[in-house]
Amino acid sequence: MVQHDTAPEVAEQLSEFLKRRREQIAHRWADAALFSNVFTVSRDEAVEAGRAVAEALADVARSGRLEDIEAPGFDTVRDQLGRMTSARTQSGYTPTQIAREVAGLRAPVAALLRAEFDDPADERMHACLLELTVLMGTLRLVVLETTINAGEELIARQRQQLLEVATPVIELWEGVVAVPLIGTLDSSRSQVVMESLLEAIVERRARYAILDITGVPTVDSLVAQHLMKTVAAARLMGAECIVSGIRPAIAQTIVHLGIDLGSILTRAGLADALAYALTQQGIAVSARPTAGADSR
Amino acid sequence: MTDFPAVHPEPVPVLALGDILLVTLRGDLYDGAAEQLQYDITQRIANSPVPVGGVVIDLSGVEIVDSFLGRILAEIAASARLLATRTILAGMRPAVAITLVELGLTLPGLATALDVDRALAMLHRAPSVEGGA
Repeated sequence: MVQHDTAPEVAEQLSEFLKRRREQIAHRWADAALFSNVFTVSRDEAVEAGRAVAEALADVARSGRLEDIEAPGFDTVRDQLGRMTSARTQSGYTPTQIAREVAGLRAPVAALLRAEFDDPADERMHACLLELTVLMGTLRLVVLETTINAGEELIARQRQQLLEVATPVIELWEGVVAVPLIGTLDSSRSQVVMESLLEAIVERRARYAILDITGVPTVDSLVAQHLMKTVAAARLMGAECIVSGIRPAIAQTIVHLGIDLGSILTRAGLADALAYALTQQGIAVSARPTAGADSR
Repeated sequence: MTDFPAVHPEPVPVLALGDILLVTLRGDLYDGAAEQLQYDITQRIANSPVPVGGVVIDLSGVEIVDSFLGRILAEIAASARLLATRTILAGMRPAVAITLVELGLTLPGLATALDVDRALAMLHRAPSVEGGA
């Protein structure tokens, strides 16, 4: 890796230039694709955002850490950049396209910088331009980093939401709770199922817990193991566990795989499981004898 | 045997409610105390003036159960059964149940109940007005 050495006076000069010309830079940036597409309503907002970014760049230049994406100078605009990139992401832009838009910010600043010097062959001008390029490259990385972080946060949040949404515990009757399992049962999901089921047993003072696997597409030995663990844990809490909704195909698979579910109480459907739980508690549900006579 | 040889762990009290023995475990149970409890319970069952109708072990105050305590609980139940007495584990916390299952200690032969009230009801000797089922 080539170490890029920045002469302190060049960095200082660049910083001074960015600070002095921030208004012009901001106005030019406001017309650039990145800012004009994000701040479609008000140009003033775009100018303000551009000014903040220019000032942050000046701070970074002054600190001399032009290549450091963790330079403290960037902290002030990280939120701002995050909002801008998330606005771009929401309108369907990929990180590559955003990076290209950020790259477009360099040219206007370089033009302004060139205009600063009378002599086009000035050594200092070239040094400053080089530093500016480095700095804009770092800005690009910072923007990309914020974009990717935002994406990862979104994925983590959605994964958690999926876990929560997919495992509701329902009280079917007094003392009877049920979990309708939908989708593939992996270890992290079965952990969540187990925890929420046990909490519900305590909360509702349930004697019977029904695990309905109608929505589980396949049952292999791992899924069966998860089911058996959940049943065992519920039993330790003093509740009897019933597994229901085993489809004929799944029943055959279980038998073919040689999985022994003999210690687990099973019923064909959720209704059968509920009927069992009610019968065990001495509850009988029957049609009202007068129902036929009173019906209109 | 214990972490603090100088301090003898306090023995866990075994309460007699009618013909039922009630043991309430709290906090950390040192290995020595657990073994002492196992001894105490079997002695109490054997030497009881009236036939003991059941042993209820209340775990609601226990936050951690390791494999040793899990085994002791199973052994207490097994030895009580030899003395013709039922043992019911009551009030186990969800986290403890998950830990035991992950450890592979599903305690298959043991009766369980949600809390002491339910355990007493299961033994058909509930002193409270709820009565047996």
